[in-house]
Amino acid sequence: MSNDEILTEFARLVQEITGINAAQVTADKSFTNDLDVDSLSMVEVATAAEDRFGIAIPDDALKNLKTVGDAVDFIAKAGVAA
Amino acid sequence: MTSGARIVAFGEHRPPRVVGNDDLPAALGTDDAWIQSRTGIRSRRIAGPDESVVSMSADAAGKALAGAGIDPADVDLVLLATCSMPTQVPGGAAQVASALGARSAGAFDINAACAGFCYGLSAAADAVRAGTARTVVVVGSEKLSDWMDWTDRRSAILFGDGAGAAVVQAASKPSIGPVVWGSDGTLSSLIDIPAGGKLNLDGPAVFRWATTSLGDIARRACTAAGITPADLDLVVPHQANLRIITALARSLGATNAVVADDIVDTGNTSAASIPLALARMTADGRARPGDRALLLGFGAGMTWAGLVIEVP
Ligand SMILES: CC(C)(COP(=O)(O)OP(=O)(O)OC[C@H]1O[C@@H](n2cnc3c(N)ncnc32)[C@H](O)[C@@H]1OP(=O)(O)O)[C@@H](O)C(=O)NCCC(=O)NCCS
Repeated sequence: MSNDEILTEFARLVQEITGINAAQVTADKSFTNDLDVDSLSMVEVATAAEDRFGIAIPDDALKNLKTVGDAVDFIAKAGVAA
Repeated sequence: MTSGARIVAFGEHRPPRVVGNDDLPAALGTDDAWIQSRTGIRSRRIAGPDESVVSMSADAAGKALAGAGIDPADVDLVLLATCSMPTQVPGGAAQVASALGARSAGAFDINAACAGFCYGLSAAADAVRAGTARTVVVVGSEKLSDWMDWTDRRSAILFGDGAGAAVVQAASKPSIGPVVWGSDGTLSSLIDIPAGGKLNLDGPAVFRWATTSLGDIARRACTAAGITPADLDLVVPHQANLRIITALARSLGATNAVVADDIVDTGNTSAASIPLALARMTADGRARPGDRALLLGFGAGMTWAGLVIEVP
């Protein structure tokens, strides 16, 4: 999966969980400051991403995912299968 | 062996004292908007000095028996699910039985924290099916306000007091489905009350556990009952946090079901939350006779138990 494909899929998950339009979910957006995603929604997004991409996002890593781009990079590095 | 067991009535006790988010101690340093957005809670009931785990249980169970027209003397077994008794020993179930006038009943407590009512209901159904008892009273009752650290905003905002009860009897048609239960003692530190201490809660870890695990447990409880989530009329999860409830409803796909939201003005009442929600929903008509309801308890231990029942 390319980073663009991961972003598209990740944005879809964010929309499903928070109701934020997927088009708003772009790499430069901060979860808390721009998208108003709180800590509990972040946990839900992480859980959904773990399922969807078959990866693990431990709490320590989750704390460091400040922007959508951080999350996409993390998912890519965690070794998403095609 | 009788062929099945069913719930014949519910009863509840809600302490009269309402504590809104703005009425919480100022020292907590919290606010209404934060609490509502993170938990869905607007207010909770807090028991007064004259309301105990036992007295609230007896009130709720007495109402359930009266509602079903059952003589308390005919009760064979009283199961009290609680984790907030003021005494380590004795448990409260015998005092509840005596207060009810259930003179020939066996009685014991179940400490499976917020999952306790579902464990109790399953044990009651088994006792009835096996013929050990014909009429069982199952109560979930908590006075967790006694065990709160009222300086800890991460926990004190969540909890409330109250009691809910159900009466279980034999039935030709089984109306209490097979239980799907489990536990994970490696997570025992997530929620605890040490001897002589106050409640500790690792909220983020519990939230993560719940949003990861509950969907699968719920689906397995439906499968065990021979139905799919779309067949459910009601979803009544433990009222821990509205955000957990909403996440569960989304992941379960119970598209035709009414989802219990009793937490909004009740708070998290641990073992009491499921019977309190059921009692209210039965009284206000959201739960109708014959409706299929998924009950799903989970909490300290960790322990969990889910089962599908038919509403009386
Ligand atoms: C308890 C719960 C609402 C806390 O929400 P959370 O977002 O996970 O909160 P955290 O503990 O991570 O704290 C996040 C921030 O909010 C703050 N905060 C916590 N509680 C607060 C409150 N009541 N008011 C205002 N701020 C609060 C914290 O201090 C923290 O701020 P900081 O990062 O500046 O230190 C949530 O974790 C939860 O409901 N978990 C499930 C608990 C549960 O169901 N328990 C019972 C199971 S039976």
